[in-house]
Amino acid sequence: MAKFRGYRRADPGTQPDHLQPSYVSSIKRAPSKPLVYLPHTLSEVTGPSFDFSVIDVKASDLTRQHHGEPLGERIIVSGRVLDEDGRPAAHTLIEVWQANAAGRYRHNVDQHNAPLDPNFEGSGHALTDEQGNFRFITIRPGAYPWRNHYNAWRPAHIHFSVFGPAFATRLITQMYFPGDALLEFDPIFNCTADAKARNRLISLFDWETTVCEQALGYKFDIILSGRDSTPWEK
Amino acid sequence: MSFQATSSQTVGPFFQIGLARFYIDDLTGPGICGETIEIVGRVFDGDGQLVPDGVIEIWQADAQGKYAHPELSAELENIQKNDIPAKEHMEGQRGEGAFRGFGRVPTQSDGSFRFKTIKPGRVPAPDGTLQAPHIAVSVFTRGLMRRLVTRIYFPDEPSNAADFALKLVKAGRRHTLIAKKVRGSQLEWNVVLQGKDETVFFDC
Repeated sequence: MAKFRGYRRADPGTQPDHLQPSYVSSIKRAPSKPLVYLPHTLSEVTGPSFDFSVIDVKASDLTRQHHGEPLGERIIVSGRVLDEDGRPAAHTLIEVWQANAAGRYRHNVDQHNAPLDPNFEGSGHALTDEQGNFRFITIRPGAYPWRNHYNAWRPAHIHFSVFGPAFATRLITQMYFPGDALLEFDPIFNCTADAKARNRLISLFDWETTVCEQALGYKFDIILSGRDSTPWEK
Repeated sequence: MSFQATSSQTVGPFFQIGLARFYIDDLTGPGICGETIEIVGRVFDGDGQLVPDGVIEIWQADAQGKYAHPELSAELENIQKNDIPAKEHMEGQRGEGAFRGFGRVPTQSDGSFRFKTIKPGRVPAPDGTLQAPHIAVSVFTRGLMRRLVTRIYFPDEPSNAADFALKLVKAGRRHTLIAKKVRGSQLEWNVVLQGKDETVFFDC
């Protein structure tokens, strides 16, 4: 009997449905047919890995990519990448991107008439350590308008891309900030039906990682699918 | 200790800023054996409009069916002791490894994407059979709150008929997973996010 352990599937409501009528861009892009359930095979329980040779160690500090310092409120975003059983995702690639303090992305599609910051790219990456820890130094991104509906504004957020140990654990998400008045109106944040799951996308202000006279600390842990406890059997 | 997986959020329109550093459109290179192929395609939405702001990631085994991942050893232990062909197949492939197996490209303004890679070998399925050669694919676009997972299979491949994953798909939709031969080593495989001839996406 072949034994094979896949990764766990999300509990209902804890991951957003593809079709989100309030998020207009989903309407013509969400699949209309049910997804086909795929028991995990070797193709899904393996996944890409990146070693330190391809990592720029300076890329975790987004405030030091130019001669001058970017404008804005300096922050330290740190946390751990764990699975649902609390096991760390060691040496996994995290990529982040964000708007500058004025709410403008360094991207030709972004036409928001807020200023670009010549000292801020808004892009970083790092590998987690053995215990799944990561730490980025950046500036707090600004809110910005978008055209989803009249007077629509995205709450401040940082995009996170994480691989984890397998193709099945691949995740792209967004981190938000506590106390942001725009959260309750944001169709993207609110796409996750389960309130607890949704609120875990909000980072926590943290004195422990706040550096005196330097930067405020925010904690954001990222949880990836855990391994099935029982093997798949033929 | 038990946690719940973090919710997915859309990649948005500005992913290039964060993801461009690891764009990889050519998985071939010196010392990598196998049949070189080029996969070209386009991404369409439910109105047949081209999607210019998507990113496609691929993950695949090398030409011998080996993934650049430690899970291979664990899988070997799981293969039935008396399943000699599968065991020999896997054991024969250990220890090589320049092939990384990962690619990532953005769609262009005309919705197109292309990868140069090698045709992967067969890898085991959980039921002890060998899967047909395939490439695992993640599709991210503005408007998608979660990635879409699909697969690329190869034309003229007899093993498709008994493939573990293809068998889960209704016969009338399987063609959306099978690339078409264009010319020479070029294959075409498109992604239709919604509507007629919608690509089969997996709950993964």
